[in-house]
Amino acid sequence: MISIVLFWVLAVAALVFGFLVFRLDSMAQVTFALLASFLAVAGLVLLLGLSYLGVVIVLMMVIEMVIMAVFMIMYMMNPAGLMPMSMFHNTKGSAVIAGVVFVALVAGILLVDWPTRQGEAAPDLTFALGEALMGGQMLTMMTLGVTLFATIVATVVLSTNRGRYDRFGDDLDRAVADDPAGGGVG
Amino acid sequence: MTLELFLLLAAGLFAIGLFGALSQMSIVMIMMGLELMLNGVIVATAAFWFYVAPGGTDGQVLIVVVITAMAIEMAAGFAVATAIYRSRQVDMTDDAADLAG
Repeated sequence: MISIVLFWVLAVAALVFGFLVFRLDSMAQVTFALLASFLAVAGLVLLLGLSYLGVVIVLMMVIEMVIMAVFMIMYMMNPAGLMPMSMFHNTKGSAVIAGVVFVALVAGILLVDWPTRQGEAAPDLTFALGEALMGGQMLTMMTLGVTLFATIVATVVLSTNRGRYDRFGDDLDRAVADDPAGGGVG
Repeated sequence: MTLELFLLLAAGLFAIGLFGALSQMSIVMIMMGLELMLNGVIVATAAFWFYVAPGGTDGQVLIVVVITAMAIEMAAGFAVATAIYRSRQVDMTDDAADLAG
């Protein structure tokens, strides 16, 4: 009974906060609305018994959204909601596409004859997940690790202001780095 | 609680995120839409694991993959936004339409 009430509260919260992300004016509020939607989903994952993944989602999303808030305020034209302005383009077309996708998904969900539950959950789900990632799903884990490392390199290269070609010339043969301010280890 | 209810919630989150990703002008807000869509995928995956195949771990592994995809999307998106803002002071998709057909 409690789990049914919890499901409805969390499901409605996830949808309402998700909707608010595109309705609120202030960028700080938008970020925290998205965080609330993520936390509601994490609650649902916990409700399904996946305690480790639920907690991971909570921790990750709290940090991610706080970082996002900084970027939002940096890059948005209307950081604090003090200058109300439209941030939409092609609203009608987007709404139609989203509506059609939703209707198609709902039709699929209600019409498909879903398989029944098979098997029993492992007694320790976290242990089972770790065993899978370090065993049968090792390739998945390795791919994720390499992809994350590539992301680190790519993001640093993309977001750096001055790379080594700016400092040492196109052939990297400058004896002294061309820096606007001297000093440091450069 | 049934599989269908969870999937309906997932479809709702996915549709809201899709609307945001298509309609927002700011690059950062588009990323929020994408995150919301992946949020729906997490709900659907967790529900499928619980209601269809709780015996296996594939559902859990898929959630780990989706969470990682969210983190990568966020980091790469901010790096691209930083790069394009640095070179052209662009933070809106309408100003970055060089590749539009």
